[in-house]
Amino acid sequence: MAGHISPKSTYYTIFGSLMVLTVITVSVAFINLGTLNFPVALSIAILKATLVILFFMHVKYSSSLTKLICGASFVFLVILFGLTLSDYLSRGWFVAPGGTTGAGTQVTVGPATPVEVTAQPEAAPEP
Amino acid sequence: MPNGVTAHADPPATGFGAAGHAHAHHPALQHHFQTLDQQHEASTLGMWIFLVTEVMFFGGLLMAYLLYRVWYPEAWSEGSLELDIVLGGFNTVVLIGSSLTMALGVRAAQTGEQKATVRWLLLTIALGLTFLVVKGFEYHHKWELNHIPGPNFSFEGPHAAQVQIFLSLYFALTGLHALHMVIGCVLMGVITWMAHKKRFTPEWYTPVELAGLYWHFVDIVWIFLFPLLYLVDRAHQLS
Repeated sequence: MAGHISPKSTYYTIFGSLMVLTVITVSVAFINLGTLNFPVALSIAILKATLVILFFMHVKYSSSLTKLICGASFVFLVILFGLTLSDYLSRGWFVAPGGTTGAGTQVTVGPATPVEVTAQPEAAPEP
Repeated sequence: MPNGVTAHADPPATGFGAAGHAHAHHPALQHHFQTLDQQHEASTLGMWIFLVTEVMFFGGLLMAYLLYRVWYPEAWSEGSLELDIVLGGFNTVVLIGSSLTMALGVRAAQTGEQKATVRWLLLTIALGLTFLVVKGFEYHHKWELNHIPGPNFSFEGPHAAQVQIFLSLYFALTGLHALHMVIGCVLMGVITWMAHKKRFTPEWYTPVELAGLYWHFVDIVWIFLFPLLYLVDRAHQLS
C-alpha cells in the first residue's frame, strides 16, 4: 500500500516536543500575564494539536483532499466562535441616549425589567 | 505511486465486467473499488469527515465555555484552582504517551510486524485505562467535596453560583471526552484482537490506521481541555 511509513525517530521526536510544550504551558500557568495567559496557552495547545495532526495522524503525507477536509473542520470552528462572540462581545457597545441594555456582556437573570444604562452595575449580578 | 485521489480520475477498466478479471486480488478489496490504495483513501477520507463532525460536537461545548468565561472571569479563576493540576498534568503525559504508542502500533502494522502491533496496541489500551482511572479519582474527589453541580452543590466562595456553571462545563467536557476514551478503548480491543488473529498485512491495515486517527483526535481534545480547564485562569487568582 502506498501509505507513508515514518521512521520511528520522527515519532519519538514529536513525542519529546509535545512533552516540552506541556512543561512550558504548565509553567506559564503560574505566571500572571494578565490577559495574555489565555492566548499563550491557546497558542501552545494549537501548536501541539498541529504536531499531532501532521505527524501522528499522517496529514503531512496525506492527499490534498484529506488536508482540505481536516482544514475545513477548523474553518467551521472559527466561524462558530467568531460569529457567536462577535454578537455577545459587541452587545452594549452602542446604546442610544435614553435607551436601555439588558444584555450586553452582562447577564441579568430574574424579572425582565430593563436596566438603566447609568445604573448598570460593574460586576455581573448573581444568576 | 499515485494515491487514491488520482485513482479516482482513472477511467473504469471495463465497467462491471472488471469484476470478472482474471488475476486474484486481495481478499480485503471490495468490488466497488479499483485498487486497495483507492479503498484506503476512501476509508481515510470517511474517517476524517466523521472527525470533522466530532470537532463540531466538542465545538458547541467549547463555545459555551468561552461565552461563560467572558461573562464570569472571576468564577473561572476560582473554579480552575479547584482542579488538581498534578493529576491533570499526569493524565496529559499519559494520553500523549498513548498517542505515541498508537502511532508506533500503526507503524508496526504498516511494516508487517504483527507481534509488535499487538504489543503497542495493548500498551495504548493500558495507558487509556490509566487515564480513565485517574479521571475517576478526580471525579470521586469532586463528589466528596459536593462539587458536583446539582441540588447538593456547595462551594465556599463569592461566586459559588457561577463556579457551578464552570464545574458543569468541566463535567460536560471531560465527561464527553471520557466517553470517547471508553469507546476508544473498546475499539482498540477489537483492533488488537484482529491484529492478534493476523488479519492485517502491509497491504491492508486500514482498521489500525482509522482507529489511530480516532485515538489521536481524542488526544487532541484533551490537549485543549487541559489548559482551558486546569491552567488558563490559575495565575490570576494566585497573585
